[in-house]
Parts: sequence; C-alpha cells; structure tokens
Amino acid sequence: MSDYNLEKRKLVIGGVVVSVVLVYLIRLFTLQIMSDDYKKNADSNAFLNKVLFPARGTIYDRNGELLVYNQPAYDVMVIMKEVEDLDTLDFCRTLNISRDYFLKRMADIKNRNLNPGYSRYTEQMFVSQLSAEEFAVFREKLFKFKGFYIQRRTIRQYTYSVGAHVLGDVAEVSKRDIEKDDYYRMGDYIGIQGVERSYEKQLRGEKGVEVLLRDAHGRIQGRYMNGAYDKTPIPGKNLTLGIDVQLQQLGERLLEGKIGSIVAIEPATGEILCMVSSPAYDPHLMIGRQRGKNHLELSNDSWKPLLNRAVSGTYPPGSTFKTSQALTFLQEGIITPETSYPCHHGFVFRGLRVGCHAHGSPLPLVPAIATSCNGYFCWGLYHMLGARKKYGSVQNAMTVWKDHMVSMGFGYRLGVDIPGEKRGMIPNAVYYDKRYKGSWNGLTVISIAIGQGEVTLTPLQIANLGATIANRGHFITPHVVKEVEGEELDSLYRFPRNTDVDKKYYEVVVKGMRQAVLGGTCRGADIPGIEVCGKTGTAENRGHDHSVFMGFAPMEQPKIAIAVYVENGGFGAVYGVPIGALMIEQYLNGKLSPESEVRAAEFQARRIMYGNAER
Amino acid sequence: MRCVPPNFRQGGLCMAMRNGSLFKSVDWITIFIYLLLVIYGWFSVCGASYTYGETDFFDFDTRAGKQMVWIFCSFGLGFVLLMLEEKLYEMFAYILYGAVLFLLLITPFLAEDTKGSYSWIKFGPVSLQPAEFAKFATALAVAKYMSAYSFSMEKSRHFMTVVGMILLPMLLIVLQKETGSALVYLAFFLMLYREGMSGAFLFSGVCAVTYFVVGIRFSEVRMSETIPTSVGTFSVLLMILLFTAGMMWTYCERKKPVWNVLTVGLGATVSACLFAEFVIPFDLVWVQIGLCIGLVGYLLYLSLSERSKNYALIAVFTLGSAVFFYSGDLVFNKVLQPHQQVRIKVVLGMEEDLSGAGYNVNQSKIAIGSGGLTGKGFLNGTQTKLKYVPEQDTDFIFCTVGEEEGFLGAAAVLVLFMLLILRLIVLSERQTTVFGRVYGYSVVSIFFFHLFINIGMVLGLTPVIGIPLPFFSYGGSSLWGFTLLLFIFLRISAERKRV
Repeated sequence: MSDYNLEKRKLVIGGVVVSVVLVYLIRLFTLQIMSDDYKKNADSNAFLNKVLFPARGTIYDRNGELLVYNQPAYDVMVIMKEVEDLDTLDFCRTLNISRDYFLKRMADIKNRNLNPGYSRYTEQMFVSQLSAEEFAVFREKLFKFKGFYIQRRTIRQYTYSVGAHVLGDVAEVSKRDIEKDDYYRMGDYIGIQGVERSYEKQLRGEKGVEVLLRDAHGRIQGRYMNGAYDKTPIPGKNLTLGIDVQLQQLGERLLEGKIGSIVAIEPATGEILCMVSSPAYDPHLMIGRQRGKNHLELSNDSWKPLLNRAVSGTYPPGSTFKTSQALTFLQEGIITPETSYPCHHGFVFRGLRVGCHAHGSPLPLVPAIATSCNGYFCWGLYHMLGARKKYGSVQNAMTVWKDHMVSMGFGYRLGVDIPGEKRGMIPNAVYYDKRYKGSWNGLTVISIAIGQGEVTLTPLQIANLGATIANRGHFITPHVVKEVEGEELDSLYRFPRNTDVDKKYYEVVVKGMRQAVLGGTCRGADIPGIEVCGKTGTAENRGHDHSVFMGFAPMEQPKIAIAVYVENGGFGAVYGVPIGALMIEQYLNGKLSPESEVRAAEFQARRIMYGNAER
Repeated sequence: MRCVPPNFRQGGLCMAMRNGSLFKSVDWITIFIYLLLVIYGWFSVCGASYTYGETDFFDFDTRAGKQMVWIFCSFGLGFVLLMLEEKLYEMFAYILYGAVLFLLLITPFLAEDTKGSYSWIKFGPVSLQPAEFAKFATALAVAKYMSAYSFSMEKSRHFMTVVGMILLPMLLIVLQKETGSALVYLAFFLMLYREGMSGAFLFSGVCAVTYFVVGIRFSEVRMSETIPTSVGTFSVLLMILLFTAGMMWTYCERKKPVWNVLTVGLGATVSACLFAEFVIPFDLVWVQIGLCIGLVGYLLYLSLSERSKNYALIAVFTLGSAVFFYSGDLVFNKVLQPHQQVRIKVVLGMEEDLSGAGYNVNQSKIAIGSGGLTGKGFLNGTQTKLKYVPEQDTDFIFCTVGEEEGFLGAAAVLVLFMLLILRLIVLSERQTTVFGRVYGYSVVSIFFFHLFINIGMVLGLTPVIGIPLPFFSYGGSSLWGFTLLLFIFLRISAERKRV
C-alpha cells in the first residue's frame, strides 16, 4: 500500500472522532433537553421538604377556663445504622413491650413495602405517642440504647371530661380529606367533630416548610439556599367558646343514664351556654394510641353516644311548640289575647278528639298557655286553616303558617357552627297535598298545633325558640364559638334575625310562660328570686312520652334560654322542668343551693332504661 | 537546517537565544485549547469537591486548592518541556521506557491497597500513579522503534515487537489491578492503523465486540414460536457469513467467489428459516454451522487454487469468529461470576440494577439530565454536591459539568476535546519525521480513548471503566501525565516548523 493511501486514513480516524463526539452530543441532548424525568428524579433525590407543624389553637370556655390544649407526646425514633449492642430485654422492659413486638416493629421498619421512605441513616418511628410517664422511664435509660432518639410532638389534651360533642377531636386525615384539600399530607391531623372540625382552618394554623438538602445516604447536609425557600409555620388561632363549663358539667351530670339533650343559649348574643347530648363520653378517650379502639367501641354502642343529639336529633317538640302557635294566631288575627276556646278534656269536633287534661273551660290565651291546653291551640289552627275568606284556600293558609314557622328558625338548619346539624321538619301545603292527594283540611293536620304529627325540631331549635321569645321577636343564630383570636365572627353570628311576629304579641306569650311557672304546668321551675318563664312539653311518640321543657330567665333582660329534652321521660314536669330549673339556677347564681344540690344528685342517679332491650 | 545548540552537552536546555523562534513555532492553538480545558477543569473540580458552607477554594487542604497547585506545577512542567531540546526525547526514549517499566514492575510491591488496586506509590505526602506516566514513555519508545529506517509494518517480526512494546506495560498495569488504565494501551492500535497496520485488525476487534454484545444481548430471545433458535446465535452466525464476504470483497481481487458465498449462504439460511417455520421446526444453528464449515473449506480451496494467502487469512478470520463467539458465550456463562454477568447485562440494558452495578450510571444520568440547557449554575448542582454520584471529582467529573453548566457547558467540553484531537491529527500529519508522526498519533489515540470511554460511561453508553477525563478529573498524576504527553508532542512539532 502506498503512503498516499495511508494518509487517507487520517480521514478515517478524524471521522471516527467526530462521529463519537456527535453521538455523545445527541445523547447529551436527549438526556438534558428532551426529557424532564431526570430533573424530577434529581429533585426528589436531593430535596427534603421538612414540614414544620404549627401549634394547634387552644380552646377556652366563656369564663377563660382552658378546655383543650396541646400536650407534648414523645415518639421513639430509631436510626438503624447506629443501633448496636442493644440489650433487647432491658429495652423491651423499659418500653413495656414484648420481645416479639420489638422484632416485628424492627422488621416492619426495614420493610420497604410498608415503609417506603426507609433509610438506614435517617430517623424512623419506632413507637409513637409515649405518655409523659412512659417517656420519663425511657429517658432515664436512653443513653444505653444507641441509635434510639426521642422526637417531641403534640397531641390534644382536655382539662375536663365533658363537652366531647361540642369540642370534637382530632385524628389522622383520611384519604378523602387529602383529596379534598391539598393542604393535608399523609399523617397530618384534622378536626373530626365539634368545633375542632368546624373551626379546623382557624385552629390548624399554617404549616411551615424547611427545604433541606439530603445526600446519597439520606443524611441532611444543610438548608437549601440558606433557607430562602423556607416558610415559618403560623400557629393556629385560639378559640373562646360561649360554653360555660360548669353549666355543661351539671347538664351532663343531670342527664346521666338517660337519653336526651340540653341546650342553653344567651338570648342577647345567641351564644350557646351549654350543649349536652346524652349519653356523653369522655373526650380523653379520643387521645393517643387508644383512639381507634375507643372510637370503634363507641360507634358500636347501641346508645349511640357519638351522636350529638342537640343538633342531630329531631324530636316532636310537643307543647313547647304551642308558644309559636299562639304567636302565629295572634299575628294573623285569628285570635286576640282575650279570645277564649272551650276545652272539655280536649278538642272534640266532628268525631275527632285530641285529649287534654282537666282544667277550667273556656280559657283565654294566657291561662291556656299556662295550663298547656290542647283544645285552645287546636281550635286556633282549625280556625286559621279554615279561614277561606282571608287566605282563599287551606293551601294558602298552610303556606302562611309555614312561613311563620320558618321565620322562627324551624324547618331549616339554623346554621350553628357545629357539624351534623339537622333541619327538622315543618310540613307545608305541597307536602300535605301529596300525602292526602289534595284532600285535607285543618282537622286532618290538627296535631301540628300541639307540636305533634309531622312537626319535628332539634333541641337546638327548641332552645332557640326560647331565646326568640326571651328577645321578644328576634334571635341571633346560635353559635358555640364566642371569639376567634384576631378574627371577627361570621356575620351570621353577629346580626339578629327577626321573626314575622310583632313584639307586642311576644309579651302575651311571655306572660303565659310566666304564668305556667307561677301556677301552671311548670311550677317546678319556680326558683326563689328568679323570674323564670317556661313551657313544658310531653311529646307523644311510639313509646313512652318524651319529657320536654323550654324556658328562659329572668323574664326581663333574660340571661339564659334553655331547652331540655329527655327521651321517654314522661310528662314535661317529671324531668324537663326540674332539670331546666337546676340549670337556670346554676347559670344565674353560679352555683346550686344545697337543697338543689341534693335534687341534682337525685336526678343524676335516676336511670331511664326504657326501650333498652330493643336497642 | 537543524540548530544544534552549543550547550547541548552541558545541560540540554535551549537557552534564550532560541526562545524567539520557539515562541513563533510552537502551536498556540493547541496551547490555547489546553489552557481552556485545564481552567474549565479546575472549576469543575471546585464544583465537584465543594461541600456546603465551604467556599475557600484556595485553601490547599481542599481538593480544589490542591488541584490548583497541580495545575501550576503542570504549567511549569509544560514550560520546561518546551525548553528542552527536541533531540533529547528521541535519545532518552528507550531509557525512559525501561525506567517506567521498572517502576511499573516494582509498584505493586511498594503500593498500598487503594480500593483494591496497587498502583499508587507514596512519596511523603504525595502519591503518584506510575501508570499515568507510562503512556508517554511507551509512546516515545514505540515512536523511536518505528522511526528506524529499516522498520516495516509488513515484517511480522517488527510488527510483533511493536505490539509487544505496547502489551508489556499493559500487562504490568493489569498486575496492579488497574484494568481500566491498562485498556488505554489498546488505543495504540489506532496509531498502528494510521501507520499501515491492516484495517482487518481493527475490523476484527470491532467484530469481536459486536459478536459478544449481540450474542449475549439476544441470547434469550427466540426466533419465533416454532423455531427454537436464539436470535443472538442466529444473528452472530449470519454476521460471520456477511463479514467474511465483506473481507473477501475488500482484500481479494476476484469478486465472483463473493457472489457465490452470498447466494449460497443467504439462500440456504432463508430456505432453512422457511422450512423450520412452516414444515418441520428444527434448530437453524446446525445449518449455519454447516454453512460456516463449508465457507472455511471453500476459502481454503480458493487459497490453494488461486495461490493467495489472503483467502487463507480470511478463513482464519471466519473460523476465529466462530470460535470466539462460542468461547465467549462459554466464558460468560460458565467462567464469569454472577455479579460480573450482572454488570455486563446492566451495560447491555438487559437488566436494571439501580442499587448495585447500575447505580453509578443511573445517578450520573440523573445528575446530567437535571442540568437542562443552561445548568444549575456554578456550585449549585445538587446531585454531585450531595454525593449521589460516586467518584464525582475524578472519573465521573463530567457529571458536574453536565449538572452545573447544562447542555451548553457539556457540549462545549466535548467540542473542545474534539477540536484538540483534530488539531493534533493535523499537526501529526504535518510531521516530517516518522518519530514525530507516530508519537503524535499515539497522543491522538490516547486522548481519544479517554474521551470515548470516560464520557461514554458517564452518559451510560460504554461500560464503567475507571479512567480519568484528561485535564478535568482531580489528581496530579493524571494531569501531569497528559501534560507530559501533550507538551512533548508540541516540542517535537515545534522543531519541525523551524526546519
């Protein structure tokens, strides 16, 4: 071969060099520019977004008593790489766990299927939420257990064992919560019930973040860009409730062993003073490692202790409803305060009979309220629905009636700041047209006049009726939270809603309710030195009657309006009135008199086991 | 006319009187590219060895600071090399070669275990890797041997001597367990190709790699539902047939036998395929082996009837290919340890092993890929800083470039190296002496091999062979070794210009 031929080989060699560089350039291009995967991969490699949790807001009662706060709990963390010479026996004994549990936990931590974020170099959770006592024991010996560390975190703690329904609880977020709100991540806590849930946004504050750099072994190498992308957490806001914890405590005591509810409202502000739902449970059950187990037990309980009957229970209001009827008939001009209706042991007309107890007859309005005369209100409703001249048809009359009821806060949710509120039931013309195929009149539906039949209210709505009468014609939507730190309450809880009934008619009803206490059905509610107004209710239902009381005190400038509902308690005067009286006394006097204390203890001890067998 | 300095015998330094002409004749383009690469390299070492919170690159305790010292030393070294009389290199070539061989021989006995290899000798605080210095000495010695007037590549004794001179240091380095550095010596064959070695050698080498890769890569894939032959084996045997035909076309004058081989070979293969698919399924390998044996016989017949040695050599190629393929397969499956098999399979993309053998390359691809067009900026790389990429300031330093400087920066490095190598090819071709040209092409080949393997492995295209990227990887020995290699050539090249 000639030298000339060999010289051409420089082109071959140069060509190989150029083509290799070209191939590498193409490869670089595809790696760096065509694909985004490597960049994402790199970020998840190198950045560790460490979440900084804010302290959850604390909760106080209306007198500044601390109700809910944060308590430190301690997680035992382990760095596998550093564990050596572990005295397993001593370790297990200190933590009060079995050797099998220890081995299982260690295996679970290392199992990447169960624990995808596992690294030998970083802290892994070994046991969560040690109590302060358990922690104290463990800390003594911590120096012996190489590779084990303590991580502080906070859990909710309650000062009192009452108010579980109102306060609510917190638990780990569910998958649905995470989908609904991308604020949450796996393992975060969220309010589940009560104000913990309805004020979740205010209580939780805002999480902060620290962007850390993580090396190939998972070790933290420092903060990214000196913390330029970090965010400090914003602590949650504190809440002050309208609840008076003493009153709440008494209420829960009085309803012990009974099913029922007590709601008290400050009429001037709409603040809920107490909200008792019985059976109640101890909020402490919802803390810590036992929460899941306890929650399951409570939800399987046939007495349904988790149900907040004050807002979720809908009951026939019984005779307490008569006050609203009196107001409606007065406003509509069906009756005047002087109008009297006869009652011969009830409302008897065209073969229909609504029974009543023995009292004088005929009666005008005030004594009719005081004695809770069924006949009076049945006649009233009969005349109203029958007033064709005025309304044109029974349907129109029914619509007017319904509008009055709605204006008093019935038939729809009031909008209380507690989850789970039910709207109750106020029937309208459409409902009856459908039910009776257009053929109905005042007689057909007469029982709604005395708070029976289709009508149902929640105890909250009954208490709100009391507050409306106490205010003589308006109410502020009842609410549990009185004050959110540094934030104005929703306008719903600040401005009054007026009913359709004139103030002057309310005065008549107030007089009737006062009469009931002085010489009517509510005599048991007469507390020396306090002008109590009240109305009993004995709500018929398929079983034993429910015992109801609705009232307020004092008559002028009322401070408290209250509804007591005791399922299967019999006459209103049996449970409702005395319990209501004790509650009023407690709230207005700040304590019970010794005699009342005795009575309270007696009521606390009473049990209503009616219907227990069927549950 | 060649200038013989008066003080040659006394010291060997060309003194000031000649500096003016040397200044003009030295190739400034190469020096310029060299300086760019070295400076770029220093910044990359800064980036790769930087740990958070530490910014003092001039502190000699840091790797960046040390590299700075090595760089200034190599500038001094380069200057001294340019000042030395060109004749010296040729004169001392064998002595240097011998000295280096001796050094390589004793290194394993003096060296301590460094990650399993015994290639570093300690002189007080400084460690040196003799293997890095053996390259230029070997290049000088080979250049000197091949520049002898009587030398001819055609003579097998001469050729074998050259091959021996190349393989000897290679063997010694293998004994130090530095297989990567040893493989660099294969680069000399590129130079030998330029000097007249038959392209068939390089072609055979490429064929061997292809057989091995294709054979293993597709060994577990069946031809079809009915034919029980592996695609790997079938393809390799078919390739042997086609390559043999190609060799016959290139090296033999008569073209008719080529057509005979192709028609019979392909015809038989295709009809066997069809027969196996549609009539009776059988292993096609037997047909192919038969074809190969027939082919060898035909070639030997041709060689005797045409009285041509080439046919016999091609027959050797054909037979060798088949033997190599089958023995390679055997070695892979029976001799190699499972973890070695895995490593090869990972490179061939047959298995993913991100936590083991594939970890380096995967992390390196992530680091480079995360750089984007313009990169994350100097010292802002996260993957390399956080030690996700092993050996990030030595063998895998190109990752740092890719991550922090992006596509533009990485492409610039590739282009600079390409320009350097092309410039060296041009300079080598301009050499008037065989010594200069052979040495020049040795330099070209070594730089190319480093570029090809190092960047290829970082990009996940070539197997992970631990050799440094010239001027970039941290370390004095490698920097000095490449500086020696380059500046000796610049000095030799400058001499030619002045003639």
